[in-house]
Amino acid sequence: MINIEINGKQVTVPKGGTVMDGARQLGIYIPHFCYHKKLSIAANCRMCLVQVEKAPKPLPACATPATEGMKVFTHSQQAVTAQKGVMEFLLINHPLDCPICDQGGECQLQDLAVGYGTSESRYQEAKRVVVNKNLGPLISTDMTRCIHCTRCVRFGQEIAGIMELGQAGRGEHSEILAFVGQTVDSELSGNVIDLCPVGALVSKPFRYSARTWELSRRKSISPHCGLGSNLIVQIKQNRVMRVLPRENEEINECWLSDKDRFAYEGLNSDDRLTTPMIKRNGQWHTCDWQEALVFTVEGLKSVMEKHGASSVGALGSAHSTLEELFLLQKLVRMLGSGNIDHRVRQSDFRADDSLEGVPWLGMNIAEIEQLNSILIIGSTLRKDHPLLAHRFRQAVKKGAQLSIINPIDDDLLMRTAHRAIVAPADMVHMLAQVLKAVAETKSLEQVSAHIKQAITAVSITDVARAIAKSLTTNPSTAIFLGNLAQHHPQYADIHAIAHLIAKVTGANLGFLGEAANSVGAYLAGAIPGRGVLGSEIKSDQNGFQFNAARMLGHDANAGPACQAYILMNLELELDAYNPQQAMKSINDAEFVISLSTFKGSITSYADVVLPIAPFTETSGTFVSTEGRVQSFNGVVTPLGDTRPGWKVLRVLGNLLQLDGFDYETSEQIRAQVIPAEDAITRYLNNNLKDYQVNISSKKLDGLQRIGEVPIYQADTIVRRAGSLQLTRDAASPKAWMSTMMLEQLGAREGEIVRLRQGNGEAQLEVACDDGIPLNCIRIACAHPHTSSLGAMFGEVSVEKL
Amino acid sequence: MERIKHFFKSFLLFELLKGMKVTGRYLFAPKITVHYPEEKTPQSPRFRGLHALRRYPNGEERCIACKLCEAVCPALAITIESEQREDGTRRTTRYDIDMIKCIFCGFCEEACPVDAIVETRVLEYHGEVRGDLTYTKEMLLAVGDRYEEQIAKDKAADAPYR
Repeated sequence: MINIEINGKQVTVPKGGTVMDGARQLGIYIPHFCYHKKLSIAANCRMCLVQVEKAPKPLPACATPATEGMKVFTHSQQAVTAQKGVMEFLLINHPLDCPICDQGGECQLQDLAVGYGTSESRYQEAKRVVVNKNLGPLISTDMTRCIHCTRCVRFGQEIAGIMELGQAGRGEHSEILAFVGQTVDSELSGNVIDLCPVGALVSKPFRYSARTWELSRRKSISPHCGLGSNLIVQIKQNRVMRVLPRENEEINECWLSDKDRFAYEGLNSDDRLTTPMIKRNGQWHTCDWQEALVFTVEGLKSVMEKHGASSVGALGSAHSTLEELFLLQKLVRMLGSGNIDHRVRQSDFRADDSLEGVPWLGMNIAEIEQLNSILIIGSTLRKDHPLLAHRFRQAVKKGAQLSIINPIDDDLLMRTAHRAIVAPADMVHMLAQVLKAVAETKSLEQVSAHIKQAITAVSITDVARAIAKSLTTNPSTAIFLGNLAQHHPQYADIHAIAHLIAKVTGANLGFLGEAANSVGAYLAGAIPGRGVLGSEIKSDQNGFQFNAARMLGHDANAGPACQAYILMNLELELDAYNPQQAMKSINDAEFVISLSTFKGSITSYADVVLPIAPFTETSGTFVSTEGRVQSFNGVVTPLGDTRPGWKVLRVLGNLLQLDGFDYETSEQIRAQVIPAEDAITRYLNNNLKDYQVNISSKKLDGLQRIGEVPIYQADTIVRRAGSLQLTRDAASPKAWMSTMMLEQLGAREGEIVRLRQGNGEAQLEVACDDGIPLNCIRIACAHPHTSSLGAMFGEVSVEKL
Repeated sequence: MERIKHFFKSFLLFELLKGMKVTGRYLFAPKITVHYPEEKTPQSPRFRGLHALRRYPNGEERCIACKLCEAVCPALAITIESEQREDGTRRTTRYDIDMIKCIFCGFCEEACPVDAIVETRVLEYHGEVRGDLTYTKEMLLAVGDRYEEQIAKDKAADAPYR
């Protein structure tokens, strides 16, 4: 520790700390542009010059290491003169276009020019002009305003993991630019807008639509990925204008993924539902709530009279709030049915009865950076969890070994120690190899004889041995199951073996939660057989207890599993594991109620559409993948006749004459789920009890589909975010396969092929990616172009046209 | 004695004559009455009347939707909405001034970095139904087009003092 003195105040900074660190501790503000607490030090703006005793010239505070007994003066004559001088230089080439600059009002340069600038410029010559760059649909540029702080460049290198912007040229000719003809496509790119201290990089969707001083700031929580990013939603005249990160060191730090940042456009989309609608005699009518709710109740009652209460099934999206999911499960359970689920993209539910608690991340988000060895199984990490990927990247930078077992070989933009890219069907086997390799050094005492028996025949590959070594030789290790693993047809086995490996190696097992409320949905009891906080519900109590796969599975002879469906925030043609079957079930059902924010194609299959409010228009709670309970309030009033989902379900419960639906606030509902005092972490547990692992997997005859969910199709709001849909990540899906498979097919890259799955087909362009394992084809699901196809990991046949 | 004085004063209509003296003085003094609307008082080039939005000589509207006038307006009479026009420039889609709220302080004119919003010498305008006195962008531009010559002259006259 080093003691220094700043403006006469003593402060202690750690060894290697700078003057800026000391000043920040003391709360002394030193003007700066290029310094950022999360980025490396560049010291190229020179704005933070301060006077240091015994130093002949002013020194930059951000890059001057503190030395014992150092005396610093940040507001002395010398320091202020130096800062004013720097400011004059910076303003030489800065255009005087604050009135049309979107940064105006929140611009660091503007603010500091008030304090350190002069009212008139001594510079008489022509100012330089820099041509604007096209950085894609999210970032708009005014490069003349750039002051070359290089924060955006350092962000790309250090946080996003890919250097998409760089500085070329020297002196007056220096420019920030992307690679020739390239745009900025990182899924974290929006953060450069916040980082830019001037108006050189500003938000394209927000461009010129409002001034910062007109906007009200409201706190909220991201409804997209499982991270639970803290948001500031900025509104004007009851309309969400933009979204900014709310700093929370334990969750999103000061960053935000593009999905969280730009998805707000979907909230204002034309596809929003504003009035309830009912279908009478095949005709859609808009109506008032009273009529729609009475119609809903009558429809439900008539189905229940005809087919019994157990013919009612409810499916809620895990992007819904805890309160909505709780009321949904309460509603169907009180009606006498046990058919409730939120895991519409999961296909394997065999482990359900063995779950010891609610699957979660297994640790806090911030702890990821402290890991030494990490194994990630089945994940499109960067696309599904952009900011978790950043945490992993920081861990890897600190020396952690990252291993992956994945059916795809996407660039994670971080060093991976070991990569096992195997076909989905081989993933269980690969894990079994790792387990066996682990067993070579660790005792298998805790493992049942059945599994020991099963893995004897397994022969270990080098990569499995390397992964096992990485897991056994490092002290702090963790295994994470990503979305691809959770959607995998042998998810239960993957989970079970991962659990065993974790148990034997002492690693932490975790799930990278798919949606904002994946953990919350379990806690709310929106799963078959389990009530609030995982309490068990016996199957005889409530008749059938169908999971999502049973509810949406279609049997050609028996028809749909349920006759009445209540869907909440779901577009099953995009959200289901097998959209073909799901749509068949829904279309064959007698009565379908859809609680939805957006119209989409819901009117083609529903009988009642009840417009419910998105997260910005309702109060609610999300439980993030690390088990953090975060409640939020609505930031704007609901659009048109839209109502918060919990209110709709409450009234529906009352009209159905069910007891206990007289909640007045969402807090009352939350209190029913989340215990007041004891932490919910004791309900979170990834362990499996008494699950019989089956390591053999069914070989498919044709090609196996690897169906990942594209980043900007993951939920209903983001699907309608106009600018995100223009990004490269939102490009229309292609059929990706390896060169060998392409040759076998005799197709060239770029050709259109016909894909068949079940009785649906789609025509897509083929593309070559040698990271795809043999006999596999990667076709994104959840996209309108591929919604005619079947299961996400099903068999696909390909024909040349 | 006082009472006799009072008696004679009232008897001889002294108070009346005293009053008539004032009347008589103004009867022959030069008249200051202005016969509005036939006659009008002279106006300063800084007169703050009805607002106008100006254009550049090439016909392009000056306003760049910086919203400084909206921010400075003490009566909250100005409402602006902006967007990026097709040519990429920042423009208003809505520029309303509620003349009933406006207190004609001239701050909007002071705040404008491009001399787009100005207050003309026009003081004779009226509304007949509710809402008539909410001036929209089109109306303000029309006022500007009509009085541009005068506005330009006034601006030039005031320029040396700025």
